[in-house]
Amino acid sequence: MSSADVLAIFGGALTTLLLSAAGIAAGLPIGLGMALVRWGRVPVAARGVAIYVSLLRATPLVTLVLLLFFALPNAGIPVGPISAGVLALTLNTAAFNCEIWRAALMDFPKEQIEAAQSVGMRRGLRFRRIVLPQIARVSLPGLINEMSLLIKVTPVLAVVGVVDITRAAVRIGAETYEPLPPFFVALAIYLAIVFALVSVQRWVERRQLQRAAAA
Amino acid sequence: MIHDFAVVWGERDLMLSGLANTVVLSVLAGLCALLLGALLSTVLMQKQRAVALGARVFVDVARCTPFLLFAYLIYYGLPSLGVRFDNWGAGLVALIVYHTAYMAEILRAAWVAQPREPIEAGLAFGYSGLRMFRRIVLPPLVLASAPVVGNQVIQIVKDSAFLTIIALPELTHAASSVQSRHYVPFAAFLTAVLLYWGICLVIESGVSAVGRMAEARR
Repeated sequence: MSSADVLAIFGGALTTLLLSAAGIAAGLPIGLGMALVRWGRVPVAARGVAIYVSLLRATPLVTLVLLLFFALPNAGIPVGPISAGVLALTLNTAAFNCEIWRAALMDFPKEQIEAAQSVGMRRGLRFRRIVLPQIARVSLPGLINEMSLLIKVTPVLAVVGVVDITRAAVRIGAETYEPLPPFFVALAIYLAIVFALVSVQRWVERRQLQRAAAA
Repeated sequence: MIHDFAVVWGERDLMLSGLANTVVLSVLAGLCALLLGALLSTVLMQKQRAVALGARVFVDVARCTPFLLFAYLIYYGLPSLGVRFDNWGAGLVALIVYHTAYMAEILRAAWVAQPREPIEAGLAFGYSGLRMFRRIVLPPLVLASAPVVGNQVIQIVKDSAFLTIIALPELTHAASSVQSRHYVPFAAFLTAVLLYWGICLVIESGVSAVGRMAEARR
């Protein structure tokens, strides 16, 4: 394995990180929106979100990505491997984010909302100033945990042909007839990424504990 | 659209054999991973540092590794060390070894949270070693960790779909063959998704049955 091969795997790492970031950026607000729909007991839509979350929780990402990749062009929507992959990651992570946001919303103290109402805050302002900052803080560790889970399912991109870390490693292994070295480089990169996320998560949790102790 | 689902229905034997393979893989992998995970959790709880550290490194590395990369390592990587599997062997070994790490961590976390008294009472009654683990430690552990273990089994079902890559004829592979034979991607994969959903609903109802049993025992 030459140094160019190692660079190729790092190139794959860039793809993995960029596409995961795209999935996270889209999945976070969609998850929040769905959690609000369930929290607000919007008729029909709340039921729909519940079914969506249950279904997506049970769907293997491979099956989902193959479904999108082959069925969307059939329905007249052109998708490439990258857009199908990002869409699958987003749909998947949005369902899990929805549950994390919803858990924080369910625990939110009702008195605060009543207090905000009593000083005449409207619904939008109440959510922006009172609810969102607090649930964001409570959900943060769970959301970061979900991000590291997302990194671990990104090799699904390789299934439809995106050259991510895993596919770059497999390709080099096939060219050099020595699969183990590129696999170990890939493994080391995944370890570094997931370890970084877990460290951030632990740091956030510790800081929150310290704040709670100080308060 | 209805016609597409009729085509999938025409291939029901293939889809059902895929479903059966997914179920067999998941049940085998789930049972073996739980058993080996229980053994590994006792190693994680060892007081000798060196032994526990080795297990710790394995568990942490596995928990940072994507399953697909792990399956590739076993299927393509191990033969260069002289260990060769067919696709069933590689798939099953990958599922079992990978999820053993997760099961061990789940059981360890539940173990740490267990009260000390029953174990001390067991000691007083002369229990020790494996008998102590099997009769005193394990039963409340399994009941307490049932929901998390259930989630992990769902994860096993979902990870088994990755094995379509190494041509193991499980449910996603069956859906792929139906779609490539008749070009009905939406109907074929949606059927697979709904079947996976069915499997997970069965697992979830199993977990809540164990939960009710735990309530009744208290």
